[in-house]
Amino acid sequence: MTPTSIRGQVRRFGDNVTTDDVIAGKYKHETISLDQLAPHVMENIRPGFYEEIDPGDIIVGGRNFGCGSSREQAPALIKHVGIPVVIAESFARIFYRNAINIGLALLECPTLGIEEGDLLEYDPARDRLTVAQRGIELTSTPLPEEIRAIVDAGGLLAYVKQEGSL
Amino acid sequence: MAQAARTTAEKIIAAHAGADVSAGAAVRVDVDLVMATDGNAPLAIELLKRELGAEEAEIDGSRIVLVIDHCAPAPNAGAANMQVAMRRFAAACGARIYDAGSGISHVVLPEQGDVLPGMLVLGSDSHTVTYGALNCLGIGMGSTDIAVAMRTGRTWLRVPETIKVWLSGQLQETASAKDAVLALVREIGVDGATYACLEFDGDGLESLSMEERLTFANMSIEMGAKCALMPVDGVCREWLGQRVKEPPAGEWSDPGCSFAAELELDLGAVRPMVARPHDLTEITELDGAEGTPIDIAFIGTCTNGRLSDLRRAAKVLAGRQVAPGVQLIVSPGSRQVLAGALSEGLIESLVAAGALITTPGCGPCVGTHQGVPGDGHTLITTANRNFRGRMGNREASIFVASPEVVARSALAGVVTGAVPTGQASER
Repeated sequence: MTPTSIRGQVRRFGDNVTTDDVIAGKYKHETISLDQLAPHVMENIRPGFYEEIDPGDIIVGGRNFGCGSSREQAPALIKHVGIPVVIAESFARIFYRNAINIGLALLECPTLGIEEGDLLEYDPARDRLTVAQRGIELTSTPLPEEIRAIVDAGGLLAYVKQEGSL
Repeated sequence: MAQAARTTAEKIIAAHAGADVSAGAAVRVDVDLVMATDGNAPLAIELLKRELGAEEAEIDGSRIVLVIDHCAPAPNAGAANMQVAMRRFAAACGARIYDAGSGISHVVLPEQGDVLPGMLVLGSDSHTVTYGALNCLGIGMGSTDIAVAMRTGRTWLRVPETIKVWLSGQLQETASAKDAVLALVREIGVDGATYACLEFDGDGLESLSMEERLTFANMSIEMGAKCALMPVDGVCREWLGQRVKEPPAGEWSDPGCSFAAELELDLGAVRPMVARPHDLTEITELDGAEGTPIDIAFIGTCTNGRLSDLRRAAKVLAGRQVAPGVQLIVSPGSRQVLAGALSEGLIESLVAAGALITTPGCGPCVGTHQGVPGDGHTLITTANRNFRGRMGNREASIFVASPEVVARSALAGVVTGAVPTGQASER
């Protein structure tokens, strides 16, 4: 079920983006509705981000993306607002597994030199990323096979439904 | 052939996988206990019903503990309705629930003997790593993982590499476990232990009380760790003995194990520390970082909301007055902590000094209630995170420090480690 190639404009973030940055606790503790949370995505570090983004945009971060709280609403909200993939030099582990579980694609590779507004192309079949205007071509580390099975099923809930258990 | 030397994490995971495992492998394991707070339980319960089609009666509640600690009591209708769903779920499947006022999950579960050596526990909260102080493999996860573990009793995980932290020496009178763990975060970095297990060992550990160890393990997540582990020694056995009849012996790394990295922290060299706004890359010795005026001082949380923390704060504050214009908020970590603080006269000292005492729970740390800062406010807290917006307002700045430093700062009205001058008044 590997999706076809993705092209999108880069929304650039730095190191240590926290899950509090993606969605602040004060909103998350009032509702589980992603529609209601959506306008507040990235509000802590980039107010107005929700209005700026177009579906298909790609978030590019630095090191330790998604650190802090275990809130799954962080990757779920990124996916919900139409961002198909997050690319970062490294991810915090709870964010990483939450993203796998809810079916948000993550790509771990060097991101130095990729800037806001760049046109980025990502080929999931080959784990390859290209920013033609900057001459950047990168391959990310592929997922372990056991984890790939969960991603290919469309996330952990889909996998459990399909297999009947874990 | 002799079996290869294994780490504590490998042993605990192997016991739950029913097979030998080694670091790097992705495995499926049985889970002993699933803990979920009002922070993320409502979404897990929704996913169980909507996505997994699970009726409550089909769920084995004996392995589930729910805690209402993040927003307790509920500050708005949305939170109140989510808590109603938690109470209904617990009643229907027979899960234990620690309702509003019981305290913080990571204070209550260890205190009640719910988490024990050798157990594998999942929590819907990143600070579930705290249970490692009791040799319990506590791992924080999101709502989907929690829902699946509630439904199946199982989870998937990658067996972590272990980073060994050798503690030596003893803390000086002027430093606390919080200062030591802040020094360790500075040393390892905010992502230096990502995916790894932090295993604490060495002579220095013997001098740390169980509550100090819980403070230490709690902040392992701030270095990116998947879990933390400490040995079951005399201090731990005595603490467990006060809670359960026959505490399990736990597990410990074999001699000759290979670790991903080893480092040493000399507790005797630790000086008072502070994390400046707006994240934990800004940790520095307090000397030279003093003097910023503060508006709110907060003592509590899963890091420093235990009875020994309130004793330390009360010792500084007794017979003195919080600086004019400063709010000092104290959130006891649990009902038991509050009861202890009442019987020891600590609450009396704190209130007389001008402190506001809140319901036992996460208090203002989660940014929802009980002390949300205003624009331009500066806070100093005993919590574990100083992220921008963490306490509910992105226009506020947060310092993180020990209970003593927060108490001294509350008296002075500025960030300071200076011992207050002048005689405390008799009461």
